[in-house]
Amino acid sequence: MIVSVIIAFIVGGLVCVIGQLLFDVAKLTPAHTLSLMVVIGSVLDGFGLYEPFIDFAGAGATIPITSFGNSLTHGALQEAEKHGFIGVLTGMFEVTSSGISAAIIFGVIAAILFKSKGKVS
Amino acid sequence: MDAESYQKTVDQIAPKRPVLLNCMKAFLTGGIICAIGQLVSFVFMYFFSFTERTASNPSVATMVFLSMVLTGFGIYKKIGQFGGAGSAVPVTGFGNAVISAAIEHKSEGFILGVGVNMFKLAGPVIVYGVFSAFVVALIKTILVKMGVISW
Repeated sequence: MIVSVIIAFIVGGLVCVIGQLLFDVAKLTPAHTLSLMVVIGSVLDGFGLYEPFIDFAGAGATIPITSFGNSLTHGALQEAEKHGFIGVLTGMFEVTSSGISAAIIFGVIAAILFKSKGKVS
Repeated sequence: MDAESYQKTVDQIAPKRPVLLNCMKAFLTGGIICAIGQLVSFVFMYFFSFTERTASNPSVATMVFLSMVLTGFGIYKKIGQFGGAGSAVPVTGFGNAVISAAIEHKSEGFILGVGVNMFKLAGPVIVYGVFSAFVVALIKTILVKMGVISW
């Protein structure tokens, strides 16, 4: 159990270092960096590489935003396997739903509960 | 002054980014967030009978919830100033982008403020995530139908 926490720490940390290098060395904006990482995640799942990565790193692979691209592709492929081309469209949000719905639900709740303290960066 | 020499002057004057230090901070911050995510998924595995793979969905939702609390009290902004990409790349950064936009635009009303602006910062991630997933899945489906590869 401790081992998998340490692996999650190291792998998750390294994924964030890649993001930081895209910020600092490639001089991309955060929006460009995060979009790029999501695209990388979805392409990796197309090659079937992201699931083994999750098996190895656990939360180190599922918490970074790359897993968002992975689960979008994964849902689409799962449905495509059952229903062919229509599944590519219908399965898209099947696996990802929790991240987006949580962000929307907690976003509205936060807007009800909290007040803006001046500038939010 | 043409564009090239302007860029040269900008590069001379702009402060050098401490890349190594930033990377270490990002590693530490991102690592800690992922380690917490791992602990949360243990809770779902042992107390709510999720498996290793299915635990990732409720853990992501829980991390977004934690992000809401930290964002609401203005703590996530401080973590972001220290951690850089270490706080932006994990899903908590995605949550922070959505939630901080929601709080910030509350004064413009719940429809025109919160509703319209919520995905202002996080929108590109969803848009290009969905589009690239569509392209990847389409290509793979075509290749499978042609018999080039299998699922």
